[in-house]
Amino acid sequence: MSSATQSIPVIVSDIIEVNTLVKRFVFKPKSQERLPSFSGGAHTVVLMHDGGRVRRNPYSLMSDPNDQSQYAISVRRDDAGRGGSLFMHNKVQIGDELEISYPVNLFSLDLTAHKQLFFAGGIGITPFLAHIKQLTRLGGDWELHYASRSQALASYSDWLSDHYDDRVHLYFDDQDQKIGLDALLGGQTVGTHLYVCGPRGMIEWVCESARRLGWPEGTIHAEEFLAPQPGKPFNVQLASSSKTVEVGAQESLLEALERIGVDAPYLCRGGACGQCETRVIDYDGKFLHLDHWLDDDDKSRGDKIMPCVSRFEGKTLILDR
Amino acid sequence: MTIQFNEETFRDDYTFHNSDKAIRRFPFPFHEDSYIYSVNMERHRGGPEGSVYEKRFDVDEHYISEMRDRALVLTEDPLRCQSLPHMELAGWDLLELIMISKSEDYPDLFELHRDGDRWRWINKPLEIDDTFRFLDATTLPYPPLEYIARQTQGDHCVLDQREGNLWMDAGMVTTQADWSLDFDIGMNFFEWHAPVPMAHEMGIFQRALKFLLNIQQGSPARRLNWTMTVNPLLDTSPENYHKWGIQKTTLTPENVGQKQHLRVELQTFYRLPRSNALAFPIRCYLISLEDLATIPKWGCRLHRVIRDLPAELATYKGFIDNRPLIVDYLSQFDDGKPTSNGVWPDLHLEN
Repeated sequence: MSSATQSIPVIVSDIIEVNTLVKRFVFKPKSQERLPSFSGGAHTVVLMHDGGRVRRNPYSLMSDPNDQSQYAISVRRDDAGRGGSLFMHNKVQIGDELEISYPVNLFSLDLTAHKQLFFAGGIGITPFLAHIKQLTRLGGDWELHYASRSQALASYSDWLSDHYDDRVHLYFDDQDQKIGLDALLGGQTVGTHLYVCGPRGMIEWVCESARRLGWPEGTIHAEEFLAPQPGKPFNVQLASSSKTVEVGAQESLLEALERIGVDAPYLCRGGACGQCETRVIDYDGKFLHLDHWLDDDDKSRGDKIMPCVSRFEGKTLILDR
Repeated sequence: MTIQFNEETFRDDYTFHNSDKAIRRFPFPFHEDSYIYSVNMERHRGGPEGSVYEKRFDVDEHYISEMRDRALVLTEDPLRCQSLPHMELAGWDLLELIMISKSEDYPDLFELHRDGDRWRWINKPLEIDDTFRFLDATTLPYPPLEYIARQTQGDHCVLDQREGNLWMDAGMVTTQADWSLDFDIGMNFFEWHAPVPMAHEMGIFQRALKFLLNIQQGSPARRLNWTMTVNPLLDTSPENYHKWGIQKTTLTPENVGQKQHLRVELQTFYRLPRSNALAFPIRCYLISLEDLATIPKWGCRLHRVIRDLPAELATYKGFIDNRPLIVDYLSQFDDGKPTSNGVWPDLHLEN
C-alpha cells in the first residue's frame, strides 16, 4: 500500500446505519483465517477505487482489538469533503472487496498510566471504543467524557451508557451541557494520562487547559487527522524521479505523487505523523502548510513540506522525490 | 527432524562447534573491505533459502545447547530476565509472535493449536507440550516473556514506545556483548546507547530512533552488528566480566585461530500488535577465525576490516590489545587481490 505498511484484502460483511450521519462498516478477512490483532487507538487506511480515482482514507478501528475475526470502522458523512466519506456511504455495498492497511497506532495508551482519562468529541469517539474494549479485557482504570451535538448524533452513546454507566459522562450541545474541564483536570490523581480526539477546537481547549494546570507534557495525548483541503492546482517538479506532476484542485500532493507512481511513504495521511515529510530543493512562491507536524522554524526555512495535507501557490516547486 | 542438533557447551570445556553447513550460512557482516557505522536497516521479510535470514526466528544446530546454557545463566542470575509491571501484555505479544512464527516456519519442530484462548504449544526439540490460557499468566510455568525466551535463541528486548522514545522496559538477556539489562532497565534509547563512541556525533541514533518508532505491524526490519569474543562464550555480560574478561589474555599465535571468534548479532525489530511495543530480538552467531577463513573471501576481508578499524571502535569492541595478534593471524588469508561486493561467500568464484 505504501512502503511503510502492508495491505490486507477484506470483504465488507455488514453496513449499519448508526445515525443520520454515521455508518459502521464491518470487514472480514478475504483469505486469511485471522486478521492481525491490534491495540486500542490504531487506525487502518482504506483504499477506494472511485471511478478512475484512488482514494486512501484513514479510519480508527473501533472493534475489539482482541477479535481477529473482523474489524469495524465508523465513517461520518462529510457532504462538503473531497468525497471519500461519500464514496463509503453511497458506493460501498455488503459483499464488496476492499483493501485496507495493516493497523497502525499513533494514539496508543500509555500503559504506565494509573488511570486513563478520555475526551471525545463527535466521531472522535471511535478510537476510544477500542481503547475501552482493550481495558475491559485487560483491566485498568478509565473514564470517558464524550461531547456531541445532540443525543441523536452521539454515536454509540447508548451502548456506552448501557455497559459503563459509572465511567461514561455524556454532554450534548443542544442541551447546553459542557464538560467542567478545569475541575475535572484539577481533580485527577497523580499518574493519570489524558487522551483527546475530536474537532481541533476541542483538542486545543483540552490540551491547553491541561498544560495551564501543570499536567506534564508526556501525559497529554491527542489525535487529530486533518482531511486534505482542496485548493488551486499547482505544478511540482520531482528531482529524484525526473518527473513533473500537476496537483489537481481536489487532490492532495501525496495523491498526485501516488497517481504517477512516485512512492512517498505515509502512515496517517492527515498531517500528524511526519512519515511523508519531503525535502524541498527549490521554490518560488508560497507554501500553504496545513499540517501540525512541521514546527515554525521548519516552515520559515521553507525546506520541507508534508504532501498529505499541505499545498503550494506560485511559479516553481522542486521536491526531493 | 530436519536439523541435527549439536551436543556442545559454551563454557568450561567449550565444545561448541560449527558444522560445514553452519559455516556457510554464517551471517558475515561486512559487505566491503572496511567497516563504518551506519543504521544499515533493511526489511526482515525472508532471505535466500537456508540462510539465517530465511525464517522469522532462525533455529539452527545450536538450539538445544544454547537453551541449556541460558537456563544455567538464569539459575545463577535471575535478574537476566526482567519485565516492568506495564509490560506483561507486551510479553504475551512476544509469545504470540514467536509461537505463530515458529509453528508456521518449522512445522516439523513446533506446533501451536489455538481454540479461542485455550492454546496448546508443542516444542519437540525441547520436549515441551503445554496447554494454557492466552493472556492468563497463572496458567504458564513462567511469565509469558520468560516462558518463550527460554525456548528461543537470542536475547529478547521488549521496548515500550511512549513520549516519542523507546524504553528498555522488559527483556531476557543472557547472550549479550557486554551490556546489562539489569543496568539498562527503564532507560530510554539515548540513555542506553550513551556509551557507544562516535555514533552520537554522526547523528546515527537520531536517525535510528526515527526509523524504529515508525516500524509497523507486518513490516519487521533487521540489521547486523558485530564484535569479537575470545572462546565461544554466549554470556559475555558485565556481571560476569571477572570470569570471561581474563580469558582475553590467553590468546597466543598458536591458538588465536581456534579461540578468537567473530561474534555477529542479527538484530530484528517487530511492532507488537496488542501493546504497540517494539520487540527487539538480538541473535548471536559465533564463528572461530579458523572456520571463518575456510571461506577465502571472508578470511581476506576480515583481515582488512580488523586491520583498518579506528582505534576507538577496537577499544569499544574490546579487542584493541589483541588486535596485532588477530591481524597477524588473518594476514595469511589476504592475497592482496580485490574482493567481490556483498556479504555472500561466493565460493563459485574461487579456483
